[in-house]
Amino acid sequence: MNETRKVIAIEVLRYRPELDDKPFFQTYQVPFAEEMSVLQGLLYIKDELDGTLSFRWSCRMAICGSCGAMIDGVPKLGCHTFLRDYYPNKVRVEPLAHFPIERDLVVGADDFIGKLERIKPYIVPKEPRTLAEGEYLQTPAQLERILQFSSCINCMLCYAACPQYGLDPAFIGPGVLALLHRYNADSRDAARAERMELVNAEEGVWSCTAVGYCSEVCPKGVDPANAVNQNKTTSAVDYFVNLVRPKGAGR
Amino acid sequence: MSARRPYMRPMDGWWRRNPFFIRYMIREATAVLVVAYVTVLLFGVIRLAQGESAYDAWLASLRSPWSLAFHIVLLANFVYHTWSWFQIMPKTMPMIVIRGKRLQPAVITAAGLLAAAVASVGLLLLTLGIGS
Amino acid sequence: MRRSNAPIFWSLFGAGGVLSALIGPMLVFITGIAVPLGLGLPRDLMSYPRMLMFAQHWAGKMFLFAVIALFLWHGMHRIFHNLHDFGVRTGTGAKLVCYGLALLGTAVSAYALLALGF
Repeated sequence: MNETRKVIAIEVLRYRPELDDKPFFQTYQVPFAEEMSVLQGLLYIKDELDGTLSFRWSCRMAICGSCGAMIDGVPKLGCHTFLRDYYPNKVRVEPLAHFPIERDLVVGADDFIGKLERIKPYIVPKEPRTLAEGEYLQTPAQLERILQFSSCINCMLCYAACPQYGLDPAFIGPGVLALLHRYNADSRDAARAERMELVNAEEGVWSCTAVGYCSEVCPKGVDPANAVNQNKTTSAVDYFVNLVRPKGAGR
Repeated sequence: MSARRPYMRPMDGWWRRNPFFIRYMIREATAVLVVAYVTVLLFGVIRLAQGESAYDAWLASLRSPWSLAFHIVLLANFVYHTWSWFQIMPKTMPMIVIRGKRLQPAVITAAGLLAAAVASVGLLLLTLGIGS
Repeated sequence: MRRSNAPIFWSLFGAGGVLSALIGPMLVFITGIAVPLGLGLPRDLMSYPRMLMFAQHWAGKMFLFAVIALFLWHGMHRIFHNLHDFGVRTGTGAKLVCYGLALLGTAVSAYALLALGF
């Protein structure tokens, strides 16, 4: 005796640049089980229903940051979102907002990667150190100041959440600014002044209007909204100090 | 020849697509009525400088039903501004650690709202004091 | 990258935001509801002689100027950025209009408060 298998409709935004003028929706009927993630639903589609469906994925456990998508209009990780929370309604899956669509759910991440590279995302030592001097020592308190901001998995959900990035892609954006803050706040680092140049620009913190949705969607609790907005005060202080200081004195 | 043809989706109507964004737009919109109220006050100051009859006319207009209804709307606007201001304030502050524990955003918000309550009562008492 | 001048306007926005968050509701209640209706406060609290005395005192002037100026800079900064959210192109023109209005209100209130004498 077979019990009737439950089925959920997954509606995906398709786009094949060589075939389509513009994106369109295609709905697939996918067998539903309680433990299935949206990513597993997409994998079923690709394996069994439509091998042309393209999407990024890797770890299946919310650490690689590859499978981000708009699920019912909300930026989420496919592996971290479950079909049971939408069943019996259909689930709509679209590529991450504010990014150019390359094919189906695959977006162009070049802008994000380029921005990551610009912020000096590494410790710049205060003074030259030899291996013989041993490792840096950091207290738990010093680690606490940077730990949450170092948890970023570069999934770009915050960019899909940020309307200011959507309206003006020149904005450096929540994730990269959170990473910038992670390094500025690190007790071992000495490159704060150089990173402040990016912070102080219009494309730095000053494009942010404290919408706060970035922190809402972050799967790792990085709280980029906090990283960006606390740096508004830092940037403002830097601005007024710079006004008072005579021109050309230091940086 | 590359077959790539990246497609950019338009931003029109972006804020209508998500309740979070609608709440954000409402928060930002409180600014309009803040400016409206302060314009009323500014006219009061101008009329005051113009003399008794000009000022009395302004004061009388505050007693009209339209003005009272408008100020009730303004009051709601300012209350929502106060609420939303202290909701977002924790996001603008650096990490504060007190005796080994992180200061929670909810505590900062509560402190802000308490400060507003105290300031409001203070203003009322000051007004009564000056008035007597 | 060029340093932004946003801190000037943001600081004024912040100061106005805090002030309006702390005393805005009560101010509206007093000036727009309680006094006109005589609700808990005497109706003549804002009478011409009383308000003249208040506005001629340096503390009264400072209070009125702070409220008018800071509320204006707060409001116009937020409106300027909100226009951008609505898709309006917020270039130099929009900036001049928005902050220009705040500057105008600030200047007019300063002039009127000084004209009232001491």
